[in-house]
Parts: sequence; structure tokens; C-alpha cells
Amino acid sequence: MQALIDEHRVILEAFWLTIRLTLASGFMALVLGTILAAMRVSPLPVLRAIGTAYVNIVRNTPLTLVIVFCGLGLGLVLDVSFSTSLSTNYLWLSIIGLSAYTAAFVCEAIRAGINTVPVGQAEAARAIGLTFMQNLRLIVLPQALRSVVAPLGNILIALTKNTTIAAAIGVGEASLTMKTLFEAHGDAVVPIFFGFAVAFLVLTLPTGLLFTWLSKRLAVIR
Amino acid sequence: MTENGDATPLVVLKDVNKHFGSLHVLRDINLTISRGEVVVVIGPSGSGKSTLCRAINRLETIDGGTITFDGQPLAAEGKALARLRSEVGMVFQSFNLFAHKTILENVTLGPIKVRGVARAEAERRGMELLERVGIGAQASKYPAQLSGGQQQRVAIARALAMDPKMILFDEPTSALDPEMVQEVLDVMVRLAAEGMTMVVVTHEMGFARRAADRVVFMADGQIVEENAPDEFFTAPRTERAKDFLSKILTH
Ligand SMILES: Nc1ncnc2c1ncn2[C@@H]1O[C@H](COP(=O)(O)OP(=O)(O)O)[C@@H](O)[C@H]1O
Ligand SMILES: [Mg+2]
Repeated sequence: MQALIDEHRVILEAFWLTIRLTLASGFMALVLGTILAAMRVSPLPVLRAIGTAYVNIVRNTPLTLVIVFCGLGLGLVLDVSFSTSLSTNYLWLSIIGLSAYTAAFVCEAIRAGINTVPVGQAEAARAIGLTFMQNLRLIVLPQALRSVVAPLGNILIALTKNTTIAAAIGVGEASLTMKTLFEAHGDAVVPIFFGFAVAFLVLTLPTGLLFTWLSKRLAVIR
Repeated sequence: MTENGDATPLVVLKDVNKHFGSLHVLRDINLTISRGEVVVVIGPSGSGKSTLCRAINRLETIDGGTITFDGQPLAAEGKALARLRSEVGMVFQSFNLFAHKTILENVTLGPIKVRGVARAEAERRGMELLERVGIGAQASKYPAQLSGGQQQRVAIARALAMDPKMILFDEPTSALDPEMVQEVLDVMVRLAAEGMTMVVVTHEMGFARRAADRVVFMADGQIVEENAPDEFFTAPRTERAKDFLSKILTH
């Protein structure tokens, strides 16, 4: 217990990084996932094929592979650089990996949401002269998103836990920090572990409650 | 009858054919609709009435023949198709009001997003139209909070908000409880009297007799008979029409 108190600043900093990883990746995954879902319902077969291929490939690749590819493949081999600071650079590379991976799940959730929107909604929108993009943006996606708030919450919770894989390329989020603390406080491994586990609960449980509440509030009444 | 003195027909369907797979749903349809005319389309279920309606604003494509609207062949896609659709209102059997938008938003969305009308102006006009169909007091509610008859009247106001050159009605009262049918028909009769060009798929004979200039009877994807309402209902010329009328009259 003392170890947790002594190291609270390090721990809080680590979780602050976890939160930033989650929020940044979650936001980018939502944007990319929405674009992918739009591609998967588009009238253009090429876009549909690209969307489908992306989802099937990314969903079936272990996240660790994706993150290591982003860190080593993009970062070292292809020399993709966001910052002169090495740690900031790896942070962004891990955000790219987490977003790219999570987007596939977001896409599928949104696509399921699109299927819950009655075809008559899109038809009525077409009938007043909305273009395909206006129809998607103003009529179909708002209703689709509102019907998948709860699954999107689950994806966000999974993402929160998945950020620990950024440790694989040295991003000092919670799990890497826990490992470091284990080494420094060999006598306090169990309390440290429970401390970190509880901290994750503190992040994910309210997220779940919030999204359940939101999904009820935002539900479209038909 | 023609407000702008334009005697050219508004819609011309020429030798229109349509298949769904191997099913031949529209067979050599020839139909001309004049400006200000009210055409009632009647016929057994599955005879192609909805498909005919939907072909006019290209919600369904056709695979033979031509359709011209206001002198122009129907645009195939993109902006030009969207513009065509904005000029042809459509009222569906199942209302299809935008479920996540308020009643007023349902009516102002098209003018704002398609026509570029300023919000304040669109709302003023929207309220005016809602008042006209008797829904003014419900403007801030959501569609699910309204009765079927009210929703269908909103759907008509939504179509009117685009200042369409014509409105297509696909069985607008078939999904309604009997006590709500009349309130919707009343709005439609008024529109007809005001000179709106209308194609109405309906089995409501009262409406056809009061408001229609012409009845088109369809069976098996063909136009079997066309006549003035009174003649059609009292003295149908074809066996198919006689048979069909005897069935709906006994209901
Ligand atoms: N999207 C579709 N795909 C396949 N068949 C369809 C489709 N829409 C309608 N049909 C068929 O085409 C025929 C005509 O349908 P429709 O125009 O809806 O008739 P009506 O409105 O007169 O009842 C029916 O046999 C119907 O089952
Ligand atoms: Mg029909």
C-alpha cells in the first residue's frame, strides 16, 4: 500500500497517458470507422470493396501486431515522424495503430446501426432531393449512431484496456508503468497490481454507465 | 387549369418497361399527365402501381422506354437527379417522417438543405404549411408522438415545403386507422382544388370521384383502362376492371 502512495504521481501520470491514448484513439477511430461504414454502404462497388477488405483484414489481425507494425514498420523503417521527441513520436504511432484497429469495430457497429434505420427514412430523404452524402450525414448516420451508442461504449471500454498494448513499443502508459513499479517494489507486487486494476475499473465502469444512460436518452423513438 | 399558361404535359411516360429479375412489373406503360391534373391509379396488389409512382421520381430505374418530366428526360444521377426529386413531392404509405427530427424540422430540412432557404424563412413557411394541414400546435413534437393521420398530414406539408411541381401519393391512407382516413383525404382534396398536379395510388373511391380528373386502372404491370372517375366506377369497360371493382365494393 505504501508503494502506491509513494508512487502516486508516477501512477497518475501513467493513467493520464492512458486516458489521452484512449480519447485520441477513440476520436480518430470514430471518424475513420464512420468513413469506413459510409464506404461499405456506398453505391460505388470500389469503395464497398475497400471498406470490406479493410475491416476483414484489420479485425483479424492481433492488435499487438498492428501496434508493433506502427512502431517499427512505420516509425523505424518508413521513418514516419510526428515529433523530434522519440517518446511523443511513439505515442502518436501507437495512437495510429489503436485508431486503425478500433475503427474496424466502430465501422461494423455503425453498419449494424445503419441496418436498423428503416429504408423508408433514406427513401423519403432522397425524395425531397437530398444527395447521397446529405442523406447519410443528415438522416441515416444520426439515426444509426444513436442506435449504437451502447455498442460504441463497449468498444471504448475495450479500447481503454487495449491501450496497454502500446507498451509493446515503449509507450509509458499504465501497464508499462506497473511493470516498472513491480521491478522497483518487488515486495509490493500484489497491492500494486490491485491498485492498477482498480484504477482501470474507475475508468471503465463510469464509461459503461455513461454510455448506457446516453443510449437510452438518445434512442430514436419510432 | 395551367397556371403558367404552359400547355405541354408535365410528365410523359413512353413505352416504359421495368423488370425485377424475371418479373415484368411495368409493361409498355404510356401515360401523359398534364399540369394541374389529378390522376388516380387503382388496381390489384402487385400490379405495379407503386413501381409506376416510384419510376416518376426515379426511386426505381426503368429498363426500357422514356420518362420526361417538365420537358426533360429524367436525370440519371447526381445533382441533376436530386434537383428533379426536389421538384416531385412524394407521400408514402408509411409516412416515413424523419424519426429523429421534430415536426417542424421535418418540414424545413428540404428547403434549408436542398434549396438553400434561410432557416428563419424556412421555419416561417414551415409553420404556415403545418397550420394549413392542421398540425401547427404539434410543431415541436417528434413524429412518434403523433397519430398516423397527423403524421401523414405532416408528410404532405413536408412535400409542399419544396414547392413541388407535382406530388406522388402511394396509398397515403392504407396504413391509417379508419377514423383518420378522412382528415388526410380532406387535405388532398383541397390540394387538388388548388391546382396541384397529383398522381394518387388509392382505392378510396370517394376521393377519386371528388378530386380526380382521370382514373388509371392497372393489372399485371399494364394500364388496362383509363377513364373519367364516374364512368370508370359506374361503367368499367374491361372484365378485369369489373372484376376488381366488384371485389373492392364488397369490402
Ligand atoms: N424491390 C423489389 N424487388 C423485387 N420485386 C419487387 C420489388 N418491388 C416490387 N416488386 C414486385 O413487383 C411487383 C409490383 O409491385 P408494386 O409496384 O409494389 O405493386 P403494387 O404497388 O401495385 O402493389 C410485385 O409483384 C412486387 O412483388
Ligand atoms: Mg404498392
